[in-house]
Amino acid sequence: MLGLELTTVWFVLIAVLWIGYFALEGFDFGVGMLVPVLARDETERRVMINTVGPVWDGNEVWLLVAGGATFAAFPEWYATLFSGFYLPLLLILVALILRNLSFEFRHKGDTAQWRARWDTALIGGSFTAAFLWGVAFANITAGVPIDAEKDFTGSLLTLLNPFGLLGGVVMVLLFLTHGAMFVALKTDGEIRHRARALAVRIGLAAAVAAVVFLTWTQLRTGDLASAAAFVAAAALLVAGIGAARAGREGWAFLGTFLTVVLAVAGLFLALFPDVMPSTTDPAYSLTTTNAAATPYTLEIMTWVALVFTPIVIGYQAWTYWVFRKRISTRHIPTARLADSAR
Amino acid sequence: MELVDIARWQFGITTVYHFLFVPLTIGLTLIVALFESFWLRTRNPDYLRLTKFFGKLFLINFALGLVTGIVQEFQFGMNWSDYSRFVGDVFGAPLAIEGLLAFFLESTFLGLWIFGWDKLPRLVHAACMWIVHLGVLASSWFILAANSWMQHPVGYRYDEESGRAELTDFAAVMFNKVQLVTFPHVVLAAYMTAAAFVIGVSAWLYVSKRHGGRVATEEEVEAGTAPAVLAEAAGERTMYRRAMRISAVVLFVAGIGVVVSGDVQGKIMTEVQPMKMAAAEALYESEESCAPFSVFTVGTPDGREEKFAVTVPCLLSFLGTGTFDGEVKGINELRETYAETYGSDPGATYYTPSDYVPNIPVTYWTFRWMMGFGALGTAGAALVLWLTRRRRDDVVHRAWVGRLGIALPVVVVAANSMGWIFTEMGRQPWVVFGLMTTERGVSPGVSIPEALISVVTLTTLYGVLAVIELKLLARTVRKGPEPFAEPPDPGRDDHDADAPLTFAY
Ligand code: HDD
Ligand code: HEM
Ligand code: HEM
Repeated sequence: MLGLELTTVWFVLIAVLWIGYFALEGFDFGVGMLVPVLARDETERRVMINTVGPVWDGNEVWLLVAGGATFAAFPEWYATLFSGFYLPLLLILVALILRNLSFEFRHKGDTAQWRARWDTALIGGSFTAAFLWGVAFANITAGVPIDAEKDFTGSLLTLLNPFGLLGGVVMVLLFLTHGAMFVALKTDGEIRHRARALAVRIGLAAAVAAVVFLTWTQLRTGDLASAAAFVAAAALLVAGIGAARAGREGWAFLGTFLTVVLAVAGLFLALFPDVMPSTTDPAYSLTTTNAAATPYTLEIMTWVALVFTPIVIGYQAWTYWVFRKRISTRHIPTARLADSAR
Repeated sequence: MELVDIARWQFGITTVYHFLFVPLTIGLTLIVALFESFWLRTRNPDYLRLTKFFGKLFLINFALGLVTGIVQEFQFGMNWSDYSRFVGDVFGAPLAIEGLLAFFLESTFLGLWIFGWDKLPRLVHAACMWIVHLGVLASSWFILAANSWMQHPVGYRYDEESGRAELTDFAAVMFNKVQLVTFPHVVLAAYMTAAAFVIGVSAWLYVSKRHGGRVATEEEVEAGTAPAVLAEAAGERTMYRRAMRISAVVLFVAGIGVVVSGDVQGKIMTEVQPMKMAAAEALYESEESCAPFSVFTVGTPDGREEKFAVTVPCLLSFLGTGTFDGEVKGINELRETYAETYGSDPGATYYTPSDYVPNIPVTYWTFRWMMGFGALGTAGAALVLWLTRRRRDDVVHRAWVGRLGIALPVVVVAANSMGWIFTEMGRQPWVVFGLMTTERGVSPGVSIPEALISVVTLTTLYGVLAVIELKLLARTVRKGPEPFAEPPDPGRDDHDADAPLTFAY
């Protein structure tokens, strides 16, 4: 197909799935983490949560498909990664479970205590998942101990190295900015202004941290292409912050969206042609070729992806269009709020 | 305890748990879509109230199906990395396609359905739930294709060099003969589950003193409002009765379909996994013809000795072969055959010669409980149809109707779990039949403490979530359907775009 190796095509497709996941779920993680900061009362909390209400589930499916596609296209990668990063992934699972249930269950209780508990689940879950994904991706890019049998030989502590931890911090800061930009774009009233102001402030912190992290990555494993992506990511973040200051929320959100896209793309570019480098011995590294499925499987998967990815993007875009209206406190039905006026 | 045992417990617990919610999701999307379509056609307000009410219950259930599904997706890599390496080329594709085709569809259109009441034209809104239903069917198709391949691997070859199973014919995997009969069996069983749920909830509300069974209080009698109160309760009962009857038809028809498809499944199973059928009957010695089926036995749990048994002559032969005088092979003979076929192959990296006999008490009893609970459910449907025949209204003050209502879905959900535990444990010691034993599938790099942390964490979390879920369901049911309110119609010009959202978290 076009003279490209199918293994390369699938490396790109999997990168696209992860990019889609982080660019989309990134803002709903951000919204979750910002609930205690941006919302002053119950109605405002509900305004925030409802900005992502119709879309968070669709956003998360990007993760499921990224996982499934890795299983199908690079079974060895899937096996090494998921069994190697065992405890962090378990924590991510718990965080995602609590967070998702918070969306669905929070409004179903009548007491302030019930809602406060689910708020904790939402905030804690969003924060934990965002941080651990950062740690995981920093470690994937930098490499981890892998033996000749393709098995991970480190422990939890191997992953909690300074580079990994910085990756986690950057991910959290970026998503906070991204989430604040989204709230500014999707709400109206006071909360919109608060979100915009906060986006500018956190955005600056995120920019500093991201530049340090991306430079470090570049020095460790980067090449020309990843350098270009990282520079563009940083520039777009700064441009997005500028747009937010100028009150252009649409452009500002586009800025952070593309920042996430390019930063993650840069990580994948820095990784290629490895998919999981071994720090034990480069000969043991998992690569796009030695971790791949057979050409036949890849070919079938390619056809499926070529046909269905555009359709999926089409109807997901349509959803965002259907729910394009800004939400403000007057849109929140009041009936159920009676007992939580305090 | 070894790693493989912990991993098996975890897989069993999390998958059975996931499958408590999944059948209800599959079936309720259909029933809710039907109610909404009936509303559009007849404009009978009851149908809209039922749509919204069961829609709400469905969402509570869906939330748990979803979060437990994520665990499934990760778990193959976390606990079963050698299995994943071995089968990924074949098994990964259906899983990935399930996500791309089905999960995106489900989640996106469900979001549109939940929040779209005041944003979408009515026809489009109703179509969203139908699309979600298509999505869950697609989801079931692909995941069952993956599972059927583990029961009966086809369309692959074993590659000596890479040491793994490699896909050679995708269509063969998608249309595996096991898959072709498993899919209708599972989907029909799911329709049974949701129908039983709707009947149960409606029956409970039908007799509940606060809803259909409401009687006028003394004050109301004195104030002269009693007739109005009674008329309202009668109106409620008409609605619940309608919901019950529609669902009882679904339950009954699906119940028959499950028996028919299950019968075909039994024959295919005897052909591809004869040991499973022998284990299902705890049949140790082969029967040349007319093998009996025991409905019920009292004796040693592994069925070697019986003190008391109710048996139907020749039925096992019929279940397994389609004729009453067919031969059914026994465990002892099959064990030797399996040992010859699989036992002495030194080249295969991926299996451990083993006893080839699954856990007999488990297979024997789960098979019976599946059928027995299912029969109870179907009988329940017939009873409901009879009790609610014509305009009869006299069961209304019988509390047992409400209790029967609660029991019905429990029984059918149990039948589902039993069927799966039978299917999966009956396949043991194989994880992929004839190719890889379960103990070879576990992750070599995962330590026992890690696996223990995982199984304990997930089990505890799932336990807590079960309590929350049941409470929420009970609370929502107790409140009953909301009064009818004409939903805003965004298709019309005078629609107020600044009105509060019809649905908000
Ligand atoms: C309401 C649920 C329900 C009911 C009433 C039945 N089943 Fe079932 N059965 C299932 C729900 C189920 C299931 C949970 O959905 C399973 C597990 C795997 C599968 O394919 O479906 C299953 C598996 C399963 C298998 C194993 C397939 C395999 O391992 O390859 C057989 C042979 C049957 N069933 C046969 C029957 C027969 C003969 C039934 C009635 C007389 C019956 N089932 C009723
Ligand atoms: C359709 C998709 C399914 C797939 C791909 C699948 C796959 C597996 C795998 C990989 C194992 C672990 C190895 C083993 O112990 O055999 C397993 C075991 C098990 N599964 Fe499934 N399964 C599926 C559906 C289900 C469902 C829906 C249930 C129950 C409701 C279920 C119940 C079990 C149980 C109880 C075990 C443990 C059996 C034992 O260890 O003896 N499975 N299955
Ligand atoms: C017979 C077995 C199974 C069937 C029929 C089935 C079907 C379904 C259905 C219909 C849903 C969506 C509805 C809901 O969330 O309740 C769902 C959710 C999910 N299932 Fe299962 N499942 C089975 C077993 C498994 C297994 C073994 C896996 C692991 C790969 C899995 C992965 C998932 C995931 C990831 C979700 C969440 C998707 C979402 O966001 O909607 N399922 N499953």
